[in-house]
Amino acid sequence: MISFDVTDEQSQIRDMLLTFAKEELTPRARQADETCAAPAELLDEAWSLGLASLAIPEAYGGGGAPRSTLTGALMLEAMGSGCAGLGGAAAASSLFVNPLIDLGSEEQKKRELPKFCGNARRAATLALHEDSFAFDPSRIVTRAEPRADGWRITGVKRLVPLGEEAGDMLVLARASDAPGIDGIKAFIVPPRAPGVAITRESGTIGLTPMRFARVELAGVSLPPDAILGEGDGADIRPLLASLRIGGAALAVGLVRAVTDFAIPYARERVAFGEPIAKKQSIAFMLADMHIECDVMRWLVWKAAAAFDRGADVSKMAVLAQNYVNRRAIRIADDGLQIFGGHGYIRDLPLEMWLRNARMLTIHGALAAA
Amino acid sequence: MVDFTLSDPDRDILSGVAEEAKASEKYARHYDAHEDEILPKAFVEAAAFPSLLERMRRRPSDDTPSVIMQMLIRIEREAHNGVPLRQAPSALGNAALGAAGTPAQQKRWGHLMLAMSITEPGAGSDTKAIQTTAVLDGDEWVLNGDKIFVTNGVRCHGTIVWATVSKAAGRGGIKSFLVLKGTPGFELVRKEKKLGIRSSDTAAYAFRDCRIPRDHLIGGDERVPQSADEGSASYKGVLKTFNITRPTVAAGGIGKALGAFRYARDRLAKEGIAVDWDKGPHDRTSTEQTLLELEADIEAATLTVLRAAWLAARGEPNNLEASVAKAKGGELCRSGPQRAMELLGAMSLSHDHPVEQFLRDGRITDIYEGTGQIQRLVIARAILGYSSAELS
Ligand SMILES: Cc1cc2nc3c(=O)[nH]c(=O)nc-3n(C[C@H](O)[C@H](O)[C@H](O)COP(=O)(O)OP(=O)(O)OC[C@H]3O[C@@H](n4cnc5c(N)ncnc54)[C@H](O)[C@@H]3O)c2cc1C
Repeated sequence: MISFDVTDEQSQIRDMLLTFAKEELTPRARQADETCAAPAELLDEAWSLGLASLAIPEAYGGGGAPRSTLTGALMLEAMGSGCAGLGGAAAASSLFVNPLIDLGSEEQKKRELPKFCGNARRAATLALHEDSFAFDPSRIVTRAEPRADGWRITGVKRLVPLGEEAGDMLVLARASDAPGIDGIKAFIVPPRAPGVAITRESGTIGLTPMRFARVELAGVSLPPDAILGEGDGADIRPLLASLRIGGAALAVGLVRAVTDFAIPYARERVAFGEPIAKKQSIAFMLADMHIECDVMRWLVWKAAAAFDRGADVSKMAVLAQNYVNRRAIRIADDGLQIFGGHGYIRDLPLEMWLRNARMLTIHGALAAA
Repeated sequence: MVDFTLSDPDRDILSGVAEEAKASEKYARHYDAHEDEILPKAFVEAAAFPSLLERMRRRPSDDTPSVIMQMLIRIEREAHNGVPLRQAPSALGNAALGAAGTPAQQKRWGHLMLAMSITEPGAGSDTKAIQTTAVLDGDEWVLNGDKIFVTNGVRCHGTIVWATVSKAAGRGGIKSFLVLKGTPGFELVRKEKKLGIRSSDTAAYAFRDCRIPRDHLIGGDERVPQSADEGSASYKGVLKTFNITRPTVAAGGIGKALGAFRYARDRLAKEGIAVDWDKGPHDRTSTEQTLLELEADIEAATLTVLRAAWLAARGEPNNLEASVAKAKGGELCRSGPQRAMELLGAMSLSHDHPVEQFLRDGRITDIYEGTGQIQRLVIARAILGYSSAELS
C-alpha cells in the first residue's frame, strides 16, 4: 500500500536529530571543517543519543529496534542538514555495525556487536576505495587469499573515514576469482592487527571532520571467520546498497540546508533595485532546488523501503544514488552562485557545502543507512 | 509506514489497464494520421474490458488511496501508444463545475461533457489578461471574445468560459459561465492541427453577442470584488481543481516517457544491451548509462506525482506539490522520449515504431495546465513567500 507516512518512532528520531543537527552540528561545522576534526564532546553527545546501538538486537545489548534503512536514511538526512562532515563522523560506526547486523553470522554478531552497546563511544569504519582512477567496487584489487589457518589480506585502501580512530573495520577485498562483485567479500579486520598500517591522507576537498586515512594491509593474517557472513561469506550487494542509500541520504540533508539558506538570502539581497529573488533566473533556480530536494528524498525513501523489504535492492539503490549524485552537486553549486562572491568566501558555508557535496556524490562509502 | 508497493489486487488492476491499453494500440497510428476524425464513444474492443469505475469498485478502502491509483493508472495507460477505447463522459469543465458550481448547477449540467475555455489568442499563461467580456443585459449575459486550444471542444456538449465582467477589477472581475453548444453567437471556428495527441480534439471558439441566461454564471456570485488581488470564488474554485489535474497531467507525460523507455529498454535488450546493476559507471557504456539515468528520472517524476496525490488523499494542502509534480512531469515528457530515441538511433524516427509518437504526444505535458515556467513561478512564490504581483 503506497504511503509516505513515517512511523511515530521514525518521526521522533528524525525530530530529535533535526534538533541535534540545528543546535549542535550547524554551529560547529565551520570550525570542524577548518580543524579537520570533530570535537570529542560532540561525538560523545551524539553517541549518548543511542543511535549506534538502536537496531542492535537486545540479545547483544542493543536497543532491539527493527533494523530499518529507512530509519537510517531519516537519521542521516537529518544530520546531513546540520553538517554532513560532523554527521558522517558521528554516524561512522554504522559503517561497521549495520553490515554486521544485516550480513554477519550469529557468531560474528555475538562477538562484534556488544562493543557498540556501551556508554563509551566506539568509532568504526569501512574500507572500500583504492588507489586507482576509475575505481568501482567490482574493480577492487585488494586480495584476500584463503590459507589453511584463515585469510591473508594484501592491498592498499584509500579515503577510509576515521581510519585512525576506528576501533573496528570492515575491508572489502577480492576473495576469489568469481567475476565482478561476486568475487568481492567483506572482512572484519582489527585496525591494530599486525601488518595493518594506517596513516592520514594528505587531505580531502571536503568532509574533513571525517579524517580520511590510508590503510595499508601487508599480508595481514586473519582467522577463517573474518569473512563477513557464514561460510564463503555474504553477498556484499546489500552492503553496497546500504552505502549508496546512506551517502545519498546525507546528501539530501545537505542540499536541503543549502536551499533553506539560499531562500532568505535571495529575498534580502538587493541588486539593480530589487531583491535578486524577484529575478526569474534566481527564483527559478530556487524553485528547481526545492523540487529536487523533494524528489531526491522520495527516491532515497523508495530505495530504503525496497532494501527493508529485500526486493530490488541493488537496482533501486543504484537509481537513487545516480539521481542524487547528479542533482545534489548541482544544487550545492547553484546555492553558491546565488550568493555570488560571498558564496566563495569562507565566512559563509556555501563553499564548504560545495566541497562536502563533491565528497558525498563521488565517495562511495561514507555512511551505511 | 513508508511503502511503495502495491497490493496484489491493485497490481491486477494495473495489468488489466495495461491489457486494455495494449488492445487499443492498433488504432494509434490511424488517429495520428487522420486528425479530422473524432474518436467513437467506444470501440468494439471496449466491451471486453471493465470500465475504470468497475475496476476500482472492488477495492477495499484501507488499500492505497484511490487518487494514487488513478495516477498510476494514467501512467500505465499513457505508457502504451494507444487511444482510449471508451471516451470519458466528462472533461475539464466538469471538474470546474464540481469545484465552483452551485449544487443546482451541478445537478443540471453534471451529466454533460463540458470543456474549459480559458485561453485566448492574446492570453495563455497570464489568465488574468483575458479579453472576453460578459455584460449583464436584463436577465441575460452577453459574451464577446475568442477562445482557442479548447480540449474536447469539438465533441463536448458545452463549455465553461472565462470572461471578465469588469476589466478594471483584474482577476476579481473574471467569472466563469456555462455556454451550451447551439447557443446563437457561439461558433466552433476550427479544429486545431497539432504536433501530437491528434486523437484529442482541440477547438477554437468565437463568441459574438452570445446571450446566455443569467443563471449560467457558475457559482452564481455576481459581485465584483474591490481589490484586484482578491480572486472571485469561481476563479479560485477553478484554480483549486488544478491541485489534482496538475499531477494527473504530469502522470500523462510520465507515461509517455515510460512507454518510450520500455520500448528502448526491451529493443536494446534484444541487441544485447542492458544495464548491469553490478557495474559501476566506469564499466557502463554511455548507452547503458543513459538507460539507467532515464529510469531514475522516471522513478523520480513518478514519486512527485504520488506524493502530491497522497497529500490530496489525506486532505492536506498540496498546491506546491502539485506544481512540483507538474514541473517534473513536464521536464520528463521532453527529455524522456528524446533520450529513448537517441538510444535507439535512426530507426526510432520511423512510423514503424511508437517512440517518435511518444515524443510528439508527450510534449504537450509541459505546456497545458500551466507551462513548466509557470509551475516554477508557483513554486518560487510559495517558497519565497511572494504574491503573484511580487514575482511574475
Ligand atoms: C493541445 C492543447 C490543449 C489545450 N487545452 C486547453 C483547454 O482545454 N482550455 C484552455 O483554456 N486552454 C487550453 N490550452 C492552452 C494552454 O493552457 C496554454 O497554451 C498555456 O497555458 C500557455 O499559454 P500560451 O500558449 O498562450 O503561451 P504564453 O503564455 O504566451 O507563453 C509563451 C512562453 O512564455 C512563457 N511564459 C509566460 N509567462 C511567463 C512568466 N510569467 N514567466 C516566465 N515565462 C513565462 C511560457 O512558459 C511559454 O514558454 C491548451 C493548449 C494546447 C496546446
